[in-house]
Amino acid sequence: MNFARIAWLILRKDLTVEVRSGEVAFTTLLFAVSCVLVFAFAFVREGIPPQGAAPAVLWIAVMFAGTLALGRTFDRERQSETLRALLLAPAGRPAVYTGKLLGIVVLLAGLELLLVPLVAFLFQEPLLAHPFWLGAILLAGTIGFSSVGTLFAAMLVRARSRDMLLPVLLYPISVPVIIASVHGTDALLQDHLEVGVLRFWVVLLLCFDVVFVTLALWTFEALMTE
Amino acid sequence: MSSKNDSRPHFEETIVNHSNADITLPAWFVPAAVVCGLMFVVSPVLIANTPYEATMGLVQKIFYYHLPSAFMFLLGGIVCGIASARYLATRNPHHDRVAWAAAELIVLFGVLTLVTGPLWARKSWGVWWTWDVRLTSSLVSWLLAVSYLLVRRYGGPGSDRLAAALALFGMANVPFIYISVNFWRTIHPLTTVVPTLPSSFGVPTWFCITAFLLLFVLLLRMRVRLEAQRARLDAMYLSLDE
Repeated sequence: MNFARIAWLILRKDLTVEVRSGEVAFTTLLFAVSCVLVFAFAFVREGIPPQGAAPAVLWIAVMFAGTLALGRTFDRERQSETLRALLLAPAGRPAVYTGKLLGIVVLLAGLELLLVPLVAFLFQEPLLAHPFWLGAILLAGTIGFSSVGTLFAAMLVRARSRDMLLPVLLYPISVPVIIASVHGTDALLQDHLEVGVLRFWVVLLLCFDVVFVTLALWTFEALMTE
Repeated sequence: MSSKNDSRPHFEETIVNHSNADITLPAWFVPAAVVCGLMFVVSPVLIANTPYEATMGLVQKIFYYHLPSAFMFLLGGIVCGIASARYLATRNPHHDRVAWAAAELIVLFGVLTLVTGPLWARKSWGVWWTWDVRLTSSLVSWLLAVSYLLVRRYGGPGSDRLAAALALFGMANVPFIYISVNFWRTIHPLTTVVPTLPSSFGVPTWFCITAFLLLFVLLLRMRVRLEAQRARLDAMYLSLDE
């Protein structure tokens, strides 16, 4: 079985389970919407949202919801012993990692599709003015966050206090992703679009993605061996 | 092989064999500790006798402890990262112990740096904190080291490999943190001018760096020894169960 086929099978398995039960998707979506609402209540004074809050709120909601989704997805794997089955199967570990990563990215992408209009609406910012750049930042940022998150969540499956440890490990490592994503999105919202600034943040995010997906592929084998 | 009966499991022997070298303190340890202690006792005298720096006066003298602490903070990061990589590659418990000890030293010297820094900043720049590149990157790296220690303590089985991966990822992340914070800060100009550290490496600077380096090595060695002793104790308990 080759790499792409295994990754696709795992992705399809995750998506099928999600479509049938909807557990992670719906609960994560509701959490993200509640999160955005809480931020709206906290920041909006007399009906006027503060300048520059929208990108921060969007990405914080994505990261919080992503952390929950990661924890929940791998918890489900642990409960039905599928992770052990995956590791026992004659499938290359990097392919397993890639399949799980794509599953998380698809889930978060779906979440962002709904969150972006909501944040744009509540915080009155023209987030959808430049959809190409917005899509690039969202994709690169989500992959960056998910690449590290998938690895750590897979490793923490059998650990004690895994719910607490995942954010503790994930957020410091994701600092460059937060900075680049929030400020890239912020650059989108300026009156005159500074393409140089946008390009810098997107390229930085892409470099982060490449480096950390590569590192994760290298170390997944060593880390998941019992 | 061992002269004992075959019921003793192989991994116990591995634990004992790998920990023997770490448990016995080397001959240079006690003399080095004495020298280190003496150096720290002498250092305030040496620092007090150096001439005042032109612009900052007395306040600048905290630099003689701040700079070595920062250097040891960085050195700890390098040691932890390399030891973690070697541990993931070879599974030799010695590297794991070194990585754990180095992470604790990152936290320790990081606290010293992040406390002496703002104390100095308050007097020389007028603010406790600015979102300067070096300060912010140091803070994030320190947080990574703290999360490493939390994983070791609360992670349960398999936390040694997870922590090694975290250390590796953290080390790979340092350039990204630096670049992203740097660009984040420079597109919004700073209101305070951040001076670079004085480059005159006089006698007290090197003296303090040497003292701190000696302290780092001594603490690392002692901490590795502690972990090796714990491992040996575990092996003894396991052999008792038979």
